[in-house]
Amino acid sequence: MNKFGIIARFDTPEALVYAAEKVRGEGFTKFDCHSPFPIHGMDDAMGLERSKLGYLIGVMGLTGALFGFGLQTWIHSIEYPMNISGKPYFAYPAYAIITFELMVLFSAFGAVFGMMFFNRIPRFHHPVFYSEKFSDVSSDAFYVSIEVDDPKYDEKNVIDFLENIGGTEIEVLSDEN
Amino acid sequence: MDVKSKALIRAEKLLPGNQDFTSITNDIAGVPEGKRTPIQWWLLFGFALSLLAIFVGSVGFLIWEGTGIWGINNPVFWGWAIINFVWWVGIGHAGTLISAILHLFRQNWRNAINRFAETMTLFAVICALVFPGIHVGRIWVAYWFLPLPNQMGMWPNMRSPLIWDFFAVFTYFTVSLLFWYTGLIPDLATLRDRAKGLKKKVYGFFALGWRGGNRQWQHYELAYLVLAGISTPLVLSVHSVVSSDFATSVIPGWHTTIFPPYFVAGAIYSGFGMVMTLSIIARKVYNLGHIITVEHLDKMAQIMLLTGCMVGYAYSMEFFVAWYSGNPYESFAFVNRALGPYWWGYWAMIFCNVVVPQFFWFEKYRRHIPFLFITSILVNIGMWFERFVIVVITLHRDFMPGAWAMYNPTIFDVSIYIGTFGLFFSGFLLFLRFLPMVSIAEAKLVLPESDPHHGHDHE
Repeated sequence: MNKFGIIARFDTPEALVYAAEKVRGEGFTKFDCHSPFPIHGMDDAMGLERSKLGYLIGVMGLTGALFGFGLQTWIHSIEYPMNISGKPYFAYPAYAIITFELMVLFSAFGAVFGMMFFNRIPRFHHPVFYSEKFSDVSSDAFYVSIEVDDPKYDEKNVIDFLENIGGTEIEVLSDEN
Repeated sequence: MDVKSKALIRAEKLLPGNQDFTSITNDIAGVPEGKRTPIQWWLLFGFALSLLAIFVGSVGFLIWEGTGIWGINNPVFWGWAIINFVWWVGIGHAGTLISAILHLFRQNWRNAINRFAETMTLFAVICALVFPGIHVGRIWVAYWFLPLPNQMGMWPNMRSPLIWDFFAVFTYFTVSLLFWYTGLIPDLATLRDRAKGLKKKVYGFFALGWRGGNRQWQHYELAYLVLAGISTPLVLSVHSVVSSDFATSVIPGWHTTIFPPYFVAGAIYSGFGMVMTLSIIARKVYNLGHIITVEHLDKMAQIMLLTGCMVGYAYSMEFFVAWYSGNPYESFAFVNRALGPYWWGYWAMIFCNVVVPQFFWFEKYRRHIPFLFITSILVNIGMWFERFVIVVITLHRDFMPGAWAMYNPTIFDVSIYIGTFGLFFSGFLLFLRFLPMVSIAEAKLVLPESDPHHGHDHE
């Protein structure tokens, strides 16, 4: 039987933020707070750094813009210069639109696929899904999960601790449930 | 959310009744989970499928026979195909406006209608993209739009507004799809957690294993915010680029700098009309009047009033500039719109787009649902006529009277246009049946108890 961690349920967003502060204060690092919607202030409560996703999107946007401008310049100045209604070959003002559109397109790919990369999804199997009750988290439940990998992990202590801070329905996640 | 905006939400009854997180999940997820599909759904779906059959048949014949089956002639080379293209793209714009711009302005009331509006955008843009696709005549070489390396050394002309348009609309479709899907991930997880059997597998596949941890929400929220941020200039650019198809030409009546903002305002105006039509039907059929409330309809009517007035301003400014320019061709083009052989098209447009929204100054009309339903349809008729005025009336009489001609649509112009409604509504009805029509996660954010400082008065 492999153990993966412990989950505890809380009733309100307020209780979850409080719990996050306590869990963090206790020195745990491999924990997460699950909720049906994003909770304002939770990043600070958990002590998370600002997401790095923005940098990735910025790089992608810049790549898109350079690619768009470069593609148009290459086509009309290098690959096949062709005189169409007397327009200059290097008609850079006319390239603004496609440059912009490709910047937006690449940024959007960066945002969505970057988000998936940072979140490590798709990932269809995760220990939290071993719990039957955990599925309420997508409707009205709020859960804290602490993983076995955490250096401070000690099953009995963690259970006591989660009980103390108001957690209910505490479950040890294992693959034999 | 601060105390003031919480009070505002209570005062405005965005979520009336005693709702909590559980009831919101049950109400919204209950629709796609429902064992019995409402009979109205089947009737509408059957109707939509028969229109879709008309669409498939007409487009099939068009591909077989060529664009000669349309009423286009010399000088009216652009007929219903471009009118319908611009009309459908315009409708899509309200969806992005609601999901992106209102998100950036933190207008939480949008949370009840954004999913709805985004889906409308997707299907409207699909309907729009059909027209440039089929109007090329040789549809089997439509991929020549793309800058693909080929043995002929042949490239699209990147200096032409038509290719800008292609890039703009394709980017718009792709970004709208990504935005829509990103918003859907947490809701798909909700459906996955409540479903059983095959449904659970399918919803679970698309939910990507979402588990609602804050370590996920953190990146998710940033991605969503950035998507909203980039969609905002994108949506403004798309209809501006569409208007460049006209404005960069030298035809009197088209060659004007007012076109980009005027097109964008008109697009938002017609899009809100369509969101209004669809949400009035859906809240009635699915009894969701407590989630999509009269408040939401009222606010949409206010935006329609605003954009309707902007469009009305553009109409009068066009006339003023035509006179003020002293250009006889420009002046004639506008006099011909109002008093020429297609005068009825012009005045239908003025009535629907300028006169009708004036009723929305009065709260009584903004909250009268049958009135809103009828006006929302009139808005879209008016916006169709606007594109008719711009395309057909402008082209049919240009510089030389010897080159003038009248334009008459054929049965195939009509049947393809009617057919796109089949494409639109069958897609939209399938969405209503299988996916949550209101964002479950975001609807909960409107509840005061979603705020962790709820009940504390230290703010």
